[in-house]
Amino acid sequence: MALSVEHATKKFGDFTAVDNLSLSVEEGQMHGFLGANGAGKTTTFRMILGLLDPTHGKVSWNGRPITYESSPFIGYLPEERGLYPKMKVEDQLIYLAQLRKMSKEEAKKETAAWLERFEVPHYAGKKVEELSKGNQQKIQLIASLVHKPSLIILDEPFSGLDPVNVGMLKSAILDVQKQGATIVFSSHRMDHVEELCDDMSILDHGKVVVSGSIREVKRNFGKQNVRLKMDQELTALSQLPGIEKYTGTIDGAVLQITDESTAELILAEAMKLGQLRHFSIEEPSLEEIFIAKVGKAYA
Amino acid sequence: MHSFWIIFKQAFMTKARTKSFIITTIIVAAAFFLLANLPNIIESFEDDEEGQVIHVIDESGELIPQLQSQLEQTESDIQAMPTEMSEEELQQGITEGTIESYLVIEEGETLSARYVSESANEIGAGSEVEKAVQAIQTAQTAERLGLNGAEVGELFMPAEFEREAVSDSSKTEEELSQARGLVYVLILLIYVAVIYYPNMIAMEVANEKSSRVMEILISSVSPVKHMFAKIAGIGTLGIVQMLIFGIAGYFAFKTSGSDMAEGFFSVMGFSEIKVSTFLFAVLFFLLGYFLYAVLAALLGSLVSRTEDVQQLMLPMMFLIIISSFIAFSGIGMPEANYVTVSSFIPFFAPLVMFLRVGMLDIPLWEPLLSIAIMLLTIGALGWFGARVYRGGVLMYGSSQSLKDIGKAIRLGNKK
Repeated sequence: MALSVEHATKKFGDFTAVDNLSLSVEEGQMHGFLGANGAGKTTTFRMILGLLDPTHGKVSWNGRPITYESSPFIGYLPEERGLYPKMKVEDQLIYLAQLRKMSKEEAKKETAAWLERFEVPHYAGKKVEELSKGNQQKIQLIASLVHKPSLIILDEPFSGLDPVNVGMLKSAILDVQKQGATIVFSSHRMDHVEELCDDMSILDHGKVVVSGSIREVKRNFGKQNVRLKMDQELTALSQLPGIEKYTGTIDGAVLQITDESTAELILAEAMKLGQLRHFSIEEPSLEEIFIAKVGKAYA
Repeated sequence: MHSFWIIFKQAFMTKARTKSFIITTIIVAAAFFLLANLPNIIESFEDDEEGQVIHVIDESGELIPQLQSQLEQTESDIQAMPTEMSEEELQQGITEGTIESYLVIEEGETLSARYVSESANEIGAGSEVEKAVQAIQTAQTAERLGLNGAEVGELFMPAEFEREAVSDSSKTEEELSQARGLVYVLILLIYVAVIYYPNMIAMEVANEKSSRVMEILISSVSPVKHMFAKIAGIGTLGIVQMLIFGIAGYFAFKTSGSDMAEGFFSVMGFSEIKVSTFLFAVLFFLLGYFLYAVLAALLGSLVSRTEDVQQLMLPMMFLIIISSFIAFSGIGMPEANYVTVSSFIPFFAPLVMFLRVGMLDIPLWEPLLSIAIMLLTIGALGWFGARVYRGGVLMYGSSQSLKDIGKAIRLGNKK
């Protein structure tokens, strides 16, 4: 087990930010960490990084506690972006890499390679404050990857980026993972987690409410969606037995069911109503699971 | 140790390369050269002072020649000229700027003279004229009393007056006045340094917090190491800047070659440079710097925006200002009780103990004890500051007060 958090609890006075949290990530895996704002994600990350000590429980990396000795192996992208606004991009990346004990020459080489990869080599000599938010974010991500860490914590890596840049950053992160890095990342975008992660967990008020591989999580959710596309009015279907939830869409409806036999019933009833253009049984989306578990609308 | 040097270098280099630092250094160094050459500069503007003409109303007509001969003997180029104009006309002339000044002189029991110029506080001519009138009166009185020149000279012979102190620790009057100038300048330097550089640290820390780069830094390097590397880096910067000032000042006065510079050097006690005084100055500068720098880093770690730094630094500034009051008032009476006592209080000691060392011959154990107390305080404050810093840098919020220290310690607490 590469990264392991065992029964970690963090209390601030009377407030429990993280409650008996256990988490384990295999080497080379990517773990998606979901949670509403204030659910305790950042506190968990800070405990993993050793910035905060858990009130109870422990964190270990390859069986050893994480200390500043492990600093060269760890990459961190904090949710609140932070770079020196008045320092030049290249100087800054080299400085941060050196703090992680990379040699200056190697840091220089790596920085150049990363800037090239993100198609921003011409920003090397610019001050960070002169860059757009999206470009600052690229620099921030480089800062967390440049020293070739083996454990990478990414707090909201894609927020505020356009789709082209999201694609670029995603492929970079996947490449780093292929090279063997273990990654924990949090996001508000369920589709990113669904696309990138092997395992995931959902945090609510400091507690893990769901965790496991994405397939497991979906299977254990015990609910499926039946998607219908047809022009007729379908609200009558919501009265059928076994329907958990009915949602109208522009070209039909989505019905949530718990038992697969209900799907056949829906199909039979729908065909009675008119011509059916589309019928499918879908896995629940992570977003549905999230809303069901955390219990509030959330995008 | 590797990352310590990287932070040290970064703290030093980024500050040293800022425009404000370079400009301040150049301006202060240039100010030394300006100050040293001030007499030369003033002289070059003084040409129009030559041949200042004073219009004299003298009803008797006898005093003018005496006045003229008296003024000739002085170094000034003031000329006395009889005038036919009335006082009203002369006053008119002054307001219009056609004449600079006039003198009304009358003979009575004593001489009475009235010197009128545009402003009463004008230096130079007025006092020269006063001296000349005084000399005439002295001569007249001597004549009336039948005294000759030598007797007059005897009459004005100054008494011999010397101050000597019995106390062992005090220096002789001559030594004291020499030491006073030097100590004054050095206290001023230490005072400026313990305000300026710790402030720089607090701003730096607050800056890193507000730009949120702090979280990356302290996830790479321990906050304690980060704090001390920064303090060392800025401290070195301070030493370098002070050294530049010192060298610039020394050369400025050495090369200017003016009388004032020589006078300045001897009055300030620089001509007989006391190595020990300088060594103590450097030592107390360093101790004062570290003491206040740790405090400043601690305070800087509590705020989340740079705008709030000054407010939180206020209590620290009071400490420095109070210690400067004690030190500057103590220059006149370095043996006062309150000076002795406060020279052992850690936050006052850098200025006050240096004052005592510079001004008095106190036994060596006293500064050593004071230094030991300061070192202990720095150690304790460093330990405490590191604890606050560890939590403080993670704290973001609106309320910034000294109460947050407790919160910061709890946040950064190990278990």
